[in-house]
Order: sequence, then structure tokens, then C-alpha cells
Amino acid sequence: MAATQEVKPSNDTAVGTVVPRGGFIAAALTVLAAAAAVFAAQHGFSAYVVTLLALLFINAALAVSLTLTNGLTGLFSLGHPAFMTIGAYVAAILTFSARRKGSMLPDLPEWLAATELSMLPALLIAGLAGGIVALAIGGAVLRLKGHYLAVATLGLIIVVQGLATNWDGITRGGAGLSGLPRHVNVWWAFGFLVFVVALTWRMKFSSLGRAMMAVRENELAAECSGINAARLKILAFVVGAVLAAMAGALLSHLISVVTPKTYSVLLAFNIVVMVVIGGSGSITGALVAAAAITILSESLRPVEESVGLYGLSQVIVALCLILVLYLKPAGLFGSGEPAVVRRLFSGRKEP
Amino acid sequence: MSQYLFQQLINGLALGSLYALVAIGFSMIYGIVRLINFAHGDLVMIGAFSTLALVTAGVPWPLILVFVLTIGAIAGMTIETIVFRPIRGASQVTGFIATLAVSIAIQNSALMILSGQPRNFLFPAGMRQRVGLGGVNASLTDIVIIVLTLALIAGLFLIVYRTRLGTAMRATAENLTAARLMGVAVNRTILAAFAIGSALAAVSGLFWGGKFGQIDPLLGFVPGLKAFVACVIGGVGSIGGAMMGGYILGLAEVLFVGLLPQEFSGYRDTFVFLLLIVILLVRPSGLFVRQTEERA
Repeated sequence: MAATQEVKPSNDTAVGTVVPRGGFIAAALTVLAAAAAVFAAQHGFSAYVVTLLALLFINAALAVSLTLTNGLTGLFSLGHPAFMTIGAYVAAILTFSARRKGSMLPDLPEWLAATELSMLPALLIAGLAGGIVALAIGGAVLRLKGHYLAVATLGLIIVVQGLATNWDGITRGGAGLSGLPRHVNVWWAFGFLVFVVALTWRMKFSSLGRAMMAVRENELAAECSGINAARLKILAFVVGAVLAAMAGALLSHLISVVTPKTYSVLLAFNIVVMVVIGGSGSITGALVAAAAITILSESLRPVEESVGLYGLSQVIVALCLILVLYLKPAGLFGSGEPAVVRRLFSGRKEP
Repeated sequence: MSQYLFQQLINGLALGSLYALVAIGFSMIYGIVRLINFAHGDLVMIGAFSTLALVTAGVPWPLILVFVLTIGAIAGMTIETIVFRPIRGASQVTGFIATLAVSIAIQNSALMILSGQPRNFLFPAGMRQRVGLGGVNASLTDIVIIVLTLALIAGLFLIVYRTRLGTAMRATAENLTAARLMGVAVNRTILAAFAIGSALAAVSGLFWGGKFGQIDPLLGFVPGLKAFVACVIGGVGSIGGAMMGGYILGLAEVLFVGLLPQEFSGYRDTFVFLLLIVILLVRPSGLFVRQTEERA
């Protein structure tokens, strides 16, 4: 129980445990300013750009959520797309119009075929589904370390893809579900990003976050100082999976389609690249890297299409990663947040 | 043995040969530098497209085999020198991400150059006929694949256990620093391991087209992952284990598809990776490795 008890914000004055009010006001002002910018963008730019902005927000949320699992706790998981796929299908089946479900998905149980939810409950149930799956397999898979965990989670993506491709009556197989209601706009994505960043920030700068980092640095030493590493790893894995499943639900309702291949190994690679380039464990880093990579690959898309060089942006992303591994192996911001960000939002120095 | 079962067996051994060739190189590289090399599967693709180019150019088959071995070796050495040598000694996870990056870069470069359109190529008609073997018959392609693979593996064992290079490789795998102190040219030995492993993977690519008739720029990814599964089955780092793992995986896949009802055949890869996760959990050091190697 040790880990869960530490979650509660305590009133002790240990360095960095309490987020001072100054930090909260700065955060609220930043969110308001960002919201104003989103509002301006929504009215000043084309629908295409606004959709890209929503995509950027969701990518950033994905990267930040992976910061929790891979960056802070040091679990090298590539499983995000697996949980995104689960979340996307669960939400899609819940929001799909009951009329079309009858003919398209014959194997659904009757009560599910008759259900037609709005986005918010569907989103929450999707997150729950991702969390339950992560909990079920986490106990087993998290006994693996380093690249063994990476490959096992990579395998998980393929297992989920295989199920989605072959479970015709529930998922419509390889064709996937198209024509999902477009419930998600840029505000959903923005709200989700704010939620993920706030949650991750709050976790990182608490005793829980420090315990996670202790497990990352030296699991044995962390265990010796009374941290229940296994429980903590499960927690980080499950929270990451819940957020990934929700992101999958949001993305599929933004682009109005989900197929077994929508969330692939390539996506896992791209999210990991964002975390590594930003610096494992750095929330600011994940945000900056996610924005940079999303903008880079989207701005290269017209080039790819006009010259016919499909794959160019992905080659450039891969080369960027190799370059960062050469020059700055710890990523842009290491494991911390830049001084300015820390001063603004924490009100005091990071220990 | 019934005709059907015999054909399945040959088919499984041929598929297993494809996996074994990839898995052996994968395992050699892991054994020596402790690097899970995800770009290794893409050498299968490079081998397959090199074969296509050489066939189109009208090069005779025995020469094609030699050329493909050479091309694979050169490609492997290039990757090692440019990308993996500079990050040698970095954490395992850094190495892993780097190999993933190389794999994605190779796949997408191939997509740019070759386009995603699958290409057809086949072994010559003489090699595609069926031959009788004591009352049952099998595809000659499969038999050629099995025989050539076993010959190559025999050659590899000769190199590893009968030459100075092989001794150096085994010494480096045992303890890199100690090997260097004893006068082993470690960099050259690692380069040689990449060259040999990559050459074998490229030959697997040569067989790929012959067996499946179709190749595309992304074909290397799944064999790369399955080579890892094969290594895990046999015990990562052991060459014999990788070979056994490859054959077990090939047979298991074919039996899974051949013996279960039709509607399950789509679940083949799902089955393979569930198998992986189960073996990792139950016998993390592989089915054939006695001592418990640390898995961190």
C-alpha cells in the first residue's frame, strides 16, 4: 500500500512536495493564454490547420503520458499503440449509431448493439478498458527489463492488431470502422493535453514521482529504501495505458476512422522518439519534441506528395533521433525541466 | 507418415530455415555486443531486392548466391561502422532505439526508392517442380532452401569453431575487455560478426522471394521480430539455440495454420507473439540454455 498512500498531497514541507499557489496561478494563466491562442487559430486558420493543431495536441499528450512510464519509471514500453487501438475500438463501438451497428457488426451482444453513447462516457470507458488490459498483462510483462520488455510490448501491438484484424463480427476485420461520428474537435484535444500535462506534472513533483525516478535509477536501492517497485511500475504502466487508450479514442473520433493498422509500430517509434529527443522524464522536453516532430512531418507531407518520395519524413525523423543519440544522449532537457519552466510553475527549485 | 503431414513438415522446415538464417545473425550480434539489432530484419529485404535486381540482370543463380552474401556482408558492415560503433557502450535501451531508428530509416528509404508496390519473382521453373521422395512428394524449392541453409550453417560452425576468427569471436562474446587485453582485434572481430550475420540474413531474403513469390520494401520487419522470438526460444546469444529456435518457430507456425481450422489461420502472428511473451515469462533464458543468464 506504500505507493498509494504517497499519492495524497501531504502538508509536510519537504522540498518540492507542495505546489505553491504562485505555480498554480502561472499554470492557470498559461492555460488561458493557450486557450485564447487556440480560439484565435480556430477562427483565423483553415479547418485543415485546426485539425493539425488537434493532432499535435494529442501527439503531445501521448508523448507526455509515455514520459510517465518510460521517462520517469524507466520501463521501456513500446505498447502505446496497442492500448490506443483498444481504446479506439471500444470508444468507436460505443459511439457508433445503433442503426448501422446491427448490419455492420453482427457479433455484438444485443445490449451493446443497442448502446449509443456520447463522447465523454465513451472516452472514459475506453480509458478504463485500456487500464484493465494493462493491469491484466502488466503483472506478467513488467517482470521483464530493458529491451526484453520493449520487444514484449512490441509483440503486444502485433497481438492486438491480429485480434482486431480477425475478430470480424466485432471489429469489421481489416476494413476497420469508418464513418465514426466526428465528436472530437481541437478543444477536446486541447483539454486532454492540459489534463495529461497537469496529471503528469503533479505526479512527477510528488513523492510518487521521486519514487518512480528512484526505481529508474536503481531498483534494488529503491526497494531497500521502502519503495514497492513492482506496485509502482504497474501504476506507471496502467496510467500510461489509460491515457494512451483515451488518446486512441480521441484520435479515431478526430479522423473518423479506425483500422487494425491505424496505430502501428511506427507510431510507437515516433512517440518514443519524442520522449528520447525531449529527454526521458522531461515533460517540457516531450511537449517541445512532440510539437517539433509533428510540425516537421506534416510540413514534409506536401513535399512527399509532390515529389512522390513517400517515407521521406520518417527517414528524417529517424536520422534526427540517431543524431540526438550521438550528440546529446540524455535528450534536450535531460530528466528535468528547464529552469524557466520550473521557476514559473513550481515556485521553487527542483531537488 | 501421411502425404499431407510430410508436406507440412517440409514446408515448416523451409520456413524455419528462413527464420534460422535471420536468427543466427541476430544471436551472434547479441552475443558479442549485447545489442538487439532490429535493423537485422531489413537485411532480409535488402537481400530479396538484390536478388531481384541480379535475376533481372540475367546473372546465373550460383553467382547470385555469392553476390547476395557479399551485398549482405557489406550492408551489415556499413551499418555497424556508421551507426552502431559510435554508440557502443551506451545503455542497452539507447542501442535498441538506435537500431529501431536504423530499421525505420532503411524501410522508408527503400519505400522512397522502390515504391510500396510489391514485386513478383520466382525461382526458375526447374526449381519449382515437385519431387517424389519415397512415395510422398515435396516442393523442390523448399528442399533446396533446407539443404542450402544447412550447408551455410555448417560453414558457419566451421568458421566459429575451427578458425582464429571464430576463436576471437567466442572470446569477445565471453568478455570483450579481456579479449582486447589478450590481443584480440575487437573492432575487427565485431565487424566480422556483423558481416557474417548480415550475409546470412540477406540469403534468407534470397529464399524469401523463391518461397513466397512476392517481395516488398517492408517485408523485413516481421522476420526481424520473429528472429528475436526464435532467439528467445533457443536462448539469446547462442548460435545453435537460434538455429533450433528458428526451426521450432517455422514448424510451430506451419502446424498452427495446417492443423487448426481455416478461420484461425489469420491469428498466426498473434500466436507467435503470445508464444514469445509466454516463453519470456516461463523460461527467460531459453528452452535449451541450462544456466540462468541475467535478463536485464
